[in-house]
Amino acid sequence: MATQHSRSAARLMMAPAVVLLLGWMLVPLTMTLWFSFRKYLPLRGGDQGWVGFDNYVRFVSSSAFWPSVQTTLIIVGGVLLITIFFGVLLALLLDQPMWGQGIVRILVIAPFFVMPTVSALVWKNIFMDPVNGLFAHLWKFFGATPVEWLSQASLQSIIMIVSWQWLPFATLILLTAVQSLDSEQLEASEMDGARPLQRFGYIILPHLARAITIVVLIQTIFLLSIFAEIFVTTGGAFGTKTLSYLIFQRVLESQNIGLGSAGGIYAVILANIIAIFLMRIVGKNLDA
Amino acid sequence: MARAVTNNRKIINTAAAWAIGLLIFFPILWMMLTSFKTEAQAISDPPVFLFFDWTLENYSVVQERSNYGRFLWNSIFIAGGSTLLGVIIAIPAAWSMAFVPSQRTKDILLWMLSTKMLPAVGVLYPIYLIFIKLGLLDSVMGLTIIIMLINLPIIVWMLYTYFREIPVEILEAARMDGATLQSEIVHVLTPMAIPGIASTLLLNFILAWNEAFWTLNLTAAKAAPLTAFIASYSSPEGLFYAKLSAASTMAIAPILVLGWFSQKQLVRGLTFGAVK
Amino acid sequence: MGSISLSQVTKSFGDVQVIPPLDLEINEGEFVVFVGPSGCGKSTLLRLIAGLEDVTSGQITIDGADATSLPPAKRSLAMVFQSYALYPHMSVKKNIAFPLKMAGMEAAEQEQRIANAAKVLNLTDYLDRRPGQLSGGQRQRVAIGRAIVREPSAFLFDEPLSNLDAALRVNMRLEISELHQTLQTTMIYVTHDQVEAMTMADKIVVLHAGRIEQVGSPLELYNNPANEFVAGFIGSPKMNIIGGAPAAKRDAKKIGIRPEHMSLSQDSGEWKGVVSVAEHLGSDTFLHVDAGELGLLNVRASGEVNLRHGDTVFLTPDPEKLHRFDQSGLTV
Repeated sequence: MATQHSRSAARLMMAPAVVLLLGWMLVPLTMTLWFSFRKYLPLRGGDQGWVGFDNYVRFVSSSAFWPSVQTTLIIVGGVLLITIFFGVLLALLLDQPMWGQGIVRILVIAPFFVMPTVSALVWKNIFMDPVNGLFAHLWKFFGATPVEWLSQASLQSIIMIVSWQWLPFATLILLTAVQSLDSEQLEASEMDGARPLQRFGYIILPHLARAITIVVLIQTIFLLSIFAEIFVTTGGAFGTKTLSYLIFQRVLESQNIGLGSAGGIYAVILANIIAIFLMRIVGKNLDA
Repeated sequence: MARAVTNNRKIINTAAAWAIGLLIFFPILWMMLTSFKTEAQAISDPPVFLFFDWTLENYSVVQERSNYGRFLWNSIFIAGGSTLLGVIIAIPAAWSMAFVPSQRTKDILLWMLSTKMLPAVGVLYPIYLIFIKLGLLDSVMGLTIIIMLINLPIIVWMLYTYFREIPVEILEAARMDGATLQSEIVHVLTPMAIPGIASTLLLNFILAWNEAFWTLNLTAAKAAPLTAFIASYSSPEGLFYAKLSAASTMAIAPILVLGWFSQKQLVRGLTFGAVK
Repeated sequence: MGSISLSQVTKSFGDVQVIPPLDLEINEGEFVVFVGPSGCGKSTLLRLIAGLEDVTSGQITIDGADATSLPPAKRSLAMVFQSYALYPHMSVKKNIAFPLKMAGMEAAEQEQRIANAAKVLNLTDYLDRRPGQLSGGQRQRVAIGRAIVREPSAFLFDEPLSNLDAALRVNMRLEISELHQTLQTTMIYVTHDQVEAMTMADKIVVLHAGRIEQVGSPLELYNNPANEFVAGFIGSPKMNIIGGAPAAKRDAKKIGIRPEHMSLSQDSGEWKGVVSVAEHLGSDTFLHVDAGELGLLNVRASGEVNLRHGDTVFLTPDPEKLHRFDQSGLTV
């Protein structure tokens, strides 16, 4: 329904949200952009003027850069693999007839609602501590030397912690998708002689492809900026410095604002690229 | 499927599902159990599962010694305040998008969602500076505003989807009945949308409560919510597993309960309708 | 109270003009029916009058005053929606009271008006129920009640009977007609069902692709359709339209003859054909006759006629009731 009155009212009503988000997006981003072109070290001399793309070059040519990219890829890739793989399996399992499905769902969903600092610290200390942790006790029980998780297998540890947190999300999304699969399709394929594994491969998996894509895209965006888990466990040491953690350190720890800002702009560009893909899919859905 | 499932199948499914479920839930369970142990028992080898001397001392120590109440209050204020504020701003916006859509509506919605994808590190320093300038650093108000801003896209999105389910004729009938825009929203739209608004409040309260970037970087002693309080256990003194467990249990318990109620909302709110 | 006129009103959605310049006069107290096939613009026209959509150009006058840019609330019109649009979270009583509350009416007067409306519509026993607890017919009455209490200049009905089952539809048709007799208020009624139009209207407006094809009383449209479209739309079963030789013989491009205006004979007649389907209803018999070059003709005979599939029949049209159309479809 569209009249003059309602249309002008609509514009007015959208204004606060639009203005706030516009401000939130533009103001700090513009400042970051500004800083990225300057040599700015608040603790060592302050604003030292325009340096063009110097920071951008220095950021990618620093010795910490490629390792951080690698770390990011490993962590994000690892978590995606684990959460999607087990997420699909779990979703299929939870879709089966069973007793107490409601409770199992609660058990499986719970980790997503645990705040990141809690899960990181609980894992770090109560499970992974090489002296007092539960894993240490378990390893010793089997006569093996306990693993010093966060120093020796730091990336694996982080991946484990983050996967544990995000598995519920993937499972829930994929379960929703599995449940939306028309059972008649499956029955028809069964009549056509397809065996369970074939039904999975030819019917269920393609149906899930869309949901998996969404999970990948959304999780990637959030995983690129995981912070708390690294902050409270390794502080970026032992090779766990992701790209965003590197930027964080440049900005808040070594206080090289110019350099950190250039890194921040890289991160924004990267996130936007992924966001474009995601928004295209969401957009198509909005039309439907 | 209409076919009867064999009991055997069901038993296997149930066993497998429960095993996996308990495995996944185990860390939380173990943490909760540990919260009732003494520090010595918390690190004991072999570990004790259920049969130990249950004690509440950790809970009282955490609450007394560390001013737990303030952190709790900060979390409640920030999560509740940011969500309420967000909903108030979002209702009119969602109304326009749902009931007076234009060519640009879809683009504006997508743009709003994309602001959520902004990596926080990218704007950390400017926000830091702005907060210092405005005196908002380490203030509950400041944090409430930031978290409102990062959740606003999701709040608008969720309300939009719920509003779309309301037949526009009912609002038109209200207009024919002489309702002003304000009356239309207050007397007709909002009462009809209460379930949707509640779901939105719920999910975003949870997301705000668990937010762990801005709450860690923009707060110090005064405004730190529970996320930051727990983070302080990363450099502890002495034995602390049981205390950490107690603090953690208190910090996450309400959210676990709320989270159980918000499963459906989670799918709706965080996949932006791309999965139905 | 209750005269509405539209002058050169157009409506476009984006680049698409759905209603070309249109003029219409609605007189006080008339029961006017907008009828036409799906997509003809009848609902759009109603919404323009209601104020729920803006006209692209032109003027709408209500009771002598220009209402073109008035919001719906100020036009003193009440609308009954196809889906009833009741407020699900309010009781029947609160639903009916809502417009009065919006108008700031005093509680005592509200009570009175509600009681009256409830009595007229047999809703007194349901005042405390929620819409979800009512049947389709009851919900419709609540929607009408909500409209009545406003004592508007005119009532607007947007296909109100479409969601009801057939038997209920017949009853509600009578009730609405009776309501009109009682209240004597202008009613504008939109429907795609020409039977509803014919039985309820004082004046019918036949719409097609946004254009008014003809305005007139039911019998005027039946006896003197202005063009082929109206001739084919009004009357059920549809009028037979025949081209070719029989039309040329009568100096027209096409001729039309209603099924009930032909005489049947098994021996002789103007047109010869073979019965393809015979429908025996007891009160009438409908025959579908394959008349070769003339196509499939519908014939209606009263009472029981003993003709079956395969029988040969002769049809003769009543010359007084024959309609002639020229090449642009207009009646000659």
